[in-house]
Amino acid sequence: MYRDALREAIDEEMAANPLVFIIGEGIAERGGSYKVTEGLLGKYGPKRVRDTPIAEAGMIGVGVGAAIAGARPIVEILYVDFAMLGMDMLVNQAAKFRLMTGGNGRVPFIMRTQGGTGGGVAAQHSQSLEAMFYHVPGLKVVIPSQPADAKGLLKYALRQQDPVIFLEHKHLYMTKGPVPEGELVIEFGKADIKRPGKDVTIIAWSNMVPRALEAAAKLAEEGIEAEVLDPRTLVPLDKEAILASVAKTNRVVIVQEAVRRGGVASDICSIIQEEAFYSLDAPVEIVAGLNIPVPFNLELEKASVPQVPDIIAAARRTLHLQPRALAAQ
Amino acid sequence: MPASAKRANAPSAELLEKLFRTAYKIRVFETEGIKLYRQGLIRGYFHPYLGQEGIATGVCAALSEGDIIASTHRGHGHCIAWGADVKKMVAELLQKESGYCRGYGGSMHIADISKGNLGANGIVGAGTPLGVGAALANQIKGNDAVTVTFSSDGGSNNGTFLESLNLAAIWNLSYVLVIENNHYAVSTRIEDSTREPDLYKRGLAIGVESHQVDGNDPLAVYHLMRDAVQKCREGKGPILIEAKTFRHMGHHVNDPGKYMPEKELAHYKERDPVDRARNALTEMTGIDKSQIDAIEEAIRKEFDDAVEFSKASREITLAEFQQFIDSY
Repeated sequence: MYRDALREAIDEEMAANPLVFIIGEGIAERGGSYKVTEGLLGKYGPKRVRDTPIAEAGMIGVGVGAAIAGARPIVEILYVDFAMLGMDMLVNQAAKFRLMTGGNGRVPFIMRTQGGTGGGVAAQHSQSLEAMFYHVPGLKVVIPSQPADAKGLLKYALRQQDPVIFLEHKHLYMTKGPVPEGELVIEFGKADIKRPGKDVTIIAWSNMVPRALEAAAKLAEEGIEAEVLDPRTLVPLDKEAILASVAKTNRVVIVQEAVRRGGVASDICSIIQEEAFYSLDAPVEIVAGLNIPVPFNLELEKASVPQVPDIIAAARRTLHLQPRALAAQ
Repeated sequence: MPASAKRANAPSAELLEKLFRTAYKIRVFETEGIKLYRQGLIRGYFHPYLGQEGIATGVCAALSEGDIIASTHRGHGHCIAWGADVKKMVAELLQKESGYCRGYGGSMHIADISKGNLGANGIVGAGTPLGVGAALANQIKGNDAVTVTFSSDGGSNNGTFLESLNLAAIWNLSYVLVIENNHYAVSTRIEDSTREPDLYKRGLAIGVESHQVDGNDPLAVYHLMRDAVQKCREGKGPILIEAKTFRHMGHHVNDPGKYMPEKELAHYKERDPVDRARNALTEMTGIDKSQIDAIEEAIRKEFDDAVEFSKASREITLAEFQQFIDSY
């Protein structure tokens, strides 16, 4: 499972490097709200696995300081929504330190957190905020959709030198998937084709990947072969893989759970229109969350973020099998 | 106290000279730096440490190699007291490649990571969590290094003050938080910012050993800090020190500081930290005026040489900048 893969990555790197440590709310004795850190306290002791008070700005800042001073902190923030309390430390400190010091200082800091809708946890526990971090030069943004990616990317994060925002998804922790035996390290900036296809490229990340795969399976029943591309890291972004897929399919749907306005999908869309305009046989489709806070009511929550039929409809539109919706009045 | 013990505790001539040299060097750096600013050679912001020299001087004299400091936007004094190379500091202010940050950082971001200076900081209060983090890193590494954050009355009203000092406390970190209480957050009086202007009491409230000292007395700061460092190395940290002081001018070079009452300013100027360091040296060691003059002359020459060095240095090129463009 996704959460076990994350734990394996932390466990293996803690065993290999005594400078790796983890702090967060309820992560020690309790093993974390999502059980990612279960068992680590017993194995590595209270010096390297620490509970913190509810003090996000402080704990993120302390993590950044520890990284500058040469340790390898992982700071677990319960919800990405709560990371907003620590934005100064991420945006003004961690992200800028390398440049401000002329390249002399490095910040090998990792903030692990999770986002997304989760079945009625309402507006302050449901956000997908990757665009906030994507916008800030200096932060790496990692957003795995499958257990093997989660493990390999987290291990890589613990070996590189820059601040990493590691975004998990609350719906993915219990999902299953194969994780290869032995050493698994996945470099940043390498997209993965989760399903090959020739008719339309569906670009999706995090919990939108399983939805895109479900949509692709349904499209296949109609004879449409959709390719599902998961960038896995948004910064750095594997532009080459995206452009190669577009060159093959000539049609693109970008799916994000985050709100549409100012999102990563829009930026990927701009890259495609700039660099692959003449490959396109249809306008790029973006399927995204509505520009609103996520409501508590389950039906409204569902209506707020992309669902499988939305992805299918968008793919059909790129193939001119379905009329484009008129612009909102 | 027996006479022998009293003598053992008396400051050595070496220490007194060191305190004076440091305080005077900061004074020269800031006074001459302002001239360079007025000449247009230094651009951007420049927050002088004039009047507060006693704090950085006393604190850093009690630290050793391997210890770590985190500074503020008013950070030149901390750098100098920490032993920074004045040449590389001036070069940074003149945005030259030979500067500490190769001209990428400027006055508010001078840092020397390899030597344990985590840097000045443009965000008031941000050095507190960063310093606590460095102390945590040292605890993880298992060494007995002490980390010091210089913060301020302004910084102490930021939320991270409580959050991070509290973390240092529950984890027993080897950490000293020095609050330079210069009475003003930019232009707002401390009395207008809090109902309790004796800021050391905030440490007491969360179980942190806390002290107050006259920040304009370098020797008093040194003695308090020496004890704090000792306690930290024995695992009895963290410790908070509030050092009362007063700026000699406004918040930055272009702030005339008209809101600062003349009488109060005069009171602190009569207790000028550089004069006090000089007086302590002459009174306690009997060093004569010509020797003091020689020390001052050498420090002024060091600064002039640094200016010449910096003027002769080149700026970073756009081609070199590409390194960052490509990797960000």
